[in-house]
Amino acid sequence: MSWADLNLMPALPEIFLLTALSVILVLDLFLSDAKRGITYGLTLLTLLGCAVLTLTTWVPYPETTFSGMFVDDPVSDLAKIGLYIAVAVTLVYTRQYADNHGIFKGEYYTLTLFSLLGMMVMVSSSHFLTLYIGLELLSLALYALIALKRDSTPALEAAMKYFVLGALASGMLLYGMSMLYGATGSLFLVEVANDIASGQANSMLVVFGIVFVVAGLAFKLGAVPFHMWVPDVYHGSPTAITLMIGAAPKIAAMVFVWRILAQGLGAAVADWQMMLVVLAVLSMALGNITAIAQTNLKRMFAYSTVSHMGFLLVGILAGTEAGYTAALFYILVYVLMSLAGFGILLLLSRAGFDCETLDDLKGLNQKNSWYALLMLFAMFSMAGIPPLAGFYAKFAVLKAAVDVGLVWLAVVGVVFSLVGAFYYLRVVKCMYFDEPNDEPVPAARPDMKLVLSLNAVALLVLGVVPDSLLTLCVDAMKQSLSVVAGA
Amino acid sequence: MEMKSLYLLIALAPLLGSALAGLFGWAIGRRAAHVATIAGVMVSAIGSAYTLNYLLNGGEPFNGNIYTWLTVNGIEYSVGFLVDNLTAMMMVVVTSVSLMVHIYTIGYMSEDPGYQRFFSYISLFTFSMLMLVMSNNFVQLFFGWEAVGLVSYLLIGFWFKKPTAIFANLKAFLVNRVGDFGFALGIGMVLYHFGGSLNYTDVFAAAPALKDATIELIPGSTWSLMTVTCILLFIGAMGKSAQFPLHVWLPDSMEGPTPISALIHAATMVTAGIFMVSRMSPLFELSDTALSVVLVAGSITALFMGFLGIVQNDIKRVVAYSTLSQLGYMTVALGVSAYNVAVFHLMTHAFFKALLFLAAGSVIIGMHHDQDMRNMGGLRKYMPITWITSLIGSLALIGTPFFAGFYSKDSIIEAVHASNLAGSGFAYFAVVAGVFITAFYSFRLYFLVFHGEERWMKVQHDDHHHDAHDDHDHHHGLGPNDKPHESPWVVTLPLVLLAIPSVFVGYIAIEPMLYGDFFKGIIYIDHEAHPAMATMAEHFHGAAAMTAHALQTLPFWLALAGVVTAWFFYMKAPQIPAAIKRMSGPIYTLLENKYYLDDIYFALFAKGSRLLGMGFWKVGDQALIDGLLVNGSAKLVGLFSRVTRKLQSGFIYSYATAMIIGVLGLMTLWLSGVIAR
Repeated sequence: MSWADLNLMPALPEIFLLTALSVILVLDLFLSDAKRGITYGLTLLTLLGCAVLTLTTWVPYPETTFSGMFVDDPVSDLAKIGLYIAVAVTLVYTRQYADNHGIFKGEYYTLTLFSLLGMMVMVSSSHFLTLYIGLELLSLALYALIALKRDSTPALEAAMKYFVLGALASGMLLYGMSMLYGATGSLFLVEVANDIASGQANSMLVVFGIVFVVAGLAFKLGAVPFHMWVPDVYHGSPTAITLMIGAAPKIAAMVFVWRILAQGLGAAVADWQMMLVVLAVLSMALGNITAIAQTNLKRMFAYSTVSHMGFLLVGILAGTEAGYTAALFYILVYVLMSLAGFGILLLLSRAGFDCETLDDLKGLNQKNSWYALLMLFAMFSMAGIPPLAGFYAKFAVLKAAVDVGLVWLAVVGVVFSLVGAFYYLRVVKCMYFDEPNDEPVPAARPDMKLVLSLNAVALLVLGVVPDSLLTLCVDAMKQSLSVVAGA
Repeated sequence: MEMKSLYLLIALAPLLGSALAGLFGWAIGRRAAHVATIAGVMVSAIGSAYTLNYLLNGGEPFNGNIYTWLTVNGIEYSVGFLVDNLTAMMMVVVTSVSLMVHIYTIGYMSEDPGYQRFFSYISLFTFSMLMLVMSNNFVQLFFGWEAVGLVSYLLIGFWFKKPTAIFANLKAFLVNRVGDFGFALGIGMVLYHFGGSLNYTDVFAAAPALKDATIELIPGSTWSLMTVTCILLFIGAMGKSAQFPLHVWLPDSMEGPTPISALIHAATMVTAGIFMVSRMSPLFELSDTALSVVLVAGSITALFMGFLGIVQNDIKRVVAYSTLSQLGYMTVALGVSAYNVAVFHLMTHAFFKALLFLAAGSVIIGMHHDQDMRNMGGLRKYMPITWITSLIGSLALIGTPFFAGFYSKDSIIEAVHASNLAGSGFAYFAVVAGVFITAFYSFRLYFLVFHGEERWMKVQHDDHHHDAHDDHDHHHGLGPNDKPHESPWVVTLPLVLLAIPSVFVGYIAIEPMLYGDFFKGIIYIDHEAHPAMATMAEHFHGAAAMTAHALQTLPFWLALAGVVTAWFFYMKAPQIPAAIKRMSGPIYTLLENKYYLDDIYFALFAKGSRLLGMGFWKVGDQALIDGLLVNGSAKLVGLFSRVTRKLQSGFIYSYATAMIIGVLGLMTLWLSGVIAR
């Protein structure tokens, strides 16, 4: 293959991002702290540029490049659009918080863009090595982001824990991949899939590999019992970084899991389905029950994430196109919900004060009823109360499980989402029925208020017309899977 | 304008008015609230009239989806309109009566603090009722059905500080639950057995093939699918249209303000059941058993509810029982497959019954909210417009030739006569006897209220003597020296406007609606099995001939006899009814206690379910749920979170250990499985 044959079009957004990122990295060196706003603006512009490129190169079938190691299909495109939105919204929400908390630095933006690049590679890989590179790029950037506030002991502790455990999980993942390589002789997802389907691979080795791969993936998602980093990291990081970890990377992780399990190991669904069932049940149970005991909202959100990842797994483990679609829909809605929830926490924080306990939300309705209403949307949606988007997300994954005969799992899911409703509604109760504290509501930047309102209202709109987003997910999944099956 | 947009506008205009008055009533004030709602309903009324005119002049009926809410397993849940002649006629009736009631309310509720709320509710009702009649599928029908029920509940309990009103609205709600439960089951049967679609067109298309289909509800015994489905649907109609034995809520609903009694509990909502059965005629025609059930329920209601009207002293209750009895007539017509006659009577009844109710309301205003007829008398001098319009309404009700009620009611009697369905013999007796009863109680009311001596002068008002000051804003009747006054124009104008169709609409509409093409392709009648309509058509020679012929028929003379008896009893010899009352002891007591049905329901259902509820509460709630599930699970959660908290030690090595144990666990479980196979 010569350079002339190399079609770079499928990777155009990544190439653009890397170029722009390098420019910002250099440019930022010449900016004083007072002019950091330029870096912020350029970062958002870069995201816009990426979005334009992704949309213009959107084709309704998979396209590969770099000798088939990199793929650009509708699922990756949809996921990337989700990533841009999630990162952009995160940046808008954290602009003021970063300024108040001494992390409004060039590194904050360049590391964020690096992690975005990692996520984009993750969603667009069709080879175990590219997958792994994307994952590590994301993880390393995140470790550094958490430690950005160098004088904060909890943040450093969180970064350290995440780093060590992440390394362990990466090791497991890599080990599992090497087993699969040993069994099939290839690192290309398509070839791994074909080998397993044709029965040439040693099933013992394959299962061995799957166990380790699933363990590694479960760590990235934060599924029980690989979840223990989640509460400590969510809690220890500055809220802005918590949101950075908690929103966009979940989309990348879902697509990552889908690529490995569905595209690479789809033929071995019987082997990994029950593993995911165990993880899903444990996550939904432990996440929802432990969240009840939390008074710190960031920890509560951490456990709520664990339980949501359990639901996500319910969609994936169905092993059907409908299940994957439901999972994709679920994760997009979930990211919207957590953006809105954390958005309120960021909004209510100011210099020297972090809004992060239940008490801080007391009587919010009397202080600012609009913010309380937005938080109510986020909480109701997370609890899965119709007509908010979270209801349809849960409904879709549970239906996928019922369709493959796992009725009992759906029942377990419903029971634990009922348990979960308790702590979401407790937040609402705190805001609406408790006496307010004398903490004033800080003034927020108008762009943040606007984006936050749109974000929370989108939850309602998506709940009333879920078809709009669902159709996108269905089409993307169908177009991405149909060709793989034929290949 | 495109018709689809027009229909959408007709349905949504009252909703907009309702939202304005309900959500922003506190800000925009009384005047703006009634202007907004009346404007909304007026738009609907004009649009409906235009629609009817459009359809009558050869316009295409509309049947299509407006908005698809969601699709589950290939079943669509959507909002769609079916606008044909039947719908258009219902739309005109609903919106025009609603408009009259809106205007009337300005006068009737002028002193009420809940003014805006009231307007908001009645506009919401108009929207719900329109959604019900315009629906092209069962889901939306059910939505409209429940929505009108909700508004009815809200309005019966409009004076929510009055214990009797709260009791009445709870009762209406619970009784309707029974009906709606049957209705929902019926819709479930349709969904399950009729090809999985909930669209009328699809269901009706699937029905003929299922005529002889059977199902096993209880293993071992087979039932006709069509009969079970139709009876379940009819149970819904029994609740909403207050048919025996689910009629008990309607008389109590008179606790609501009078405009509501006119709009919801006489003219429109209670006829929803009649409308629904007519819409479903392609289903009901396939089951003679179901039709017989309909016929018998209707005849019992028509006759026995009329009896109760005779012993009432509250002016609104007399009209309420008369409504029950007339709903019975409509149901009888449904039973003998004379659907168009039922709908025809529905229409004429809507006008004259709304008129009678609003007139009763006007009398109540004049009497300063005293509703007891024994305290009235001689009002014709003081309230001339109310008097004349009431007379017109009563004449229409008893079926005086040329008045609207005559054509519809006489057609029902003839249809029953021509029918050969099981139960039609009893039904014929019931509807003919009902004519005399109707005439008697209607004119009893008329003579007691508008003629005779002015009895309010003699009435002792106890509460006036005791706390005359406290009682100032909650007036109760006239003092001995007060004189009733005619009501303001906003009250009398609707009376006059309703009196016009009460006279003419029957004469004009009988030919097209009963014997013409008005319902062609909408109402389906199996003329071979159910020849009533065909037989009647042979004998029909125009409305004028029918009027002339009436003078030689039994119903006319029975009606006349009823009027004369009422006149004699209450004008000439008031001692006779008192003597009859004394002599007929047990029968009178039976009537006075409404056949003891309320008491039976109380003893059986209310007490029974309270007992059941108590059991559930003690055993299920306190012991099982509170004790075991809530406290138990709370304890469990506490224990669980203590354990997990201990595991969440903050030390990195314990986290890593957990991960490794996890991998080991997964490996043990799966590798042992692989080795085994």
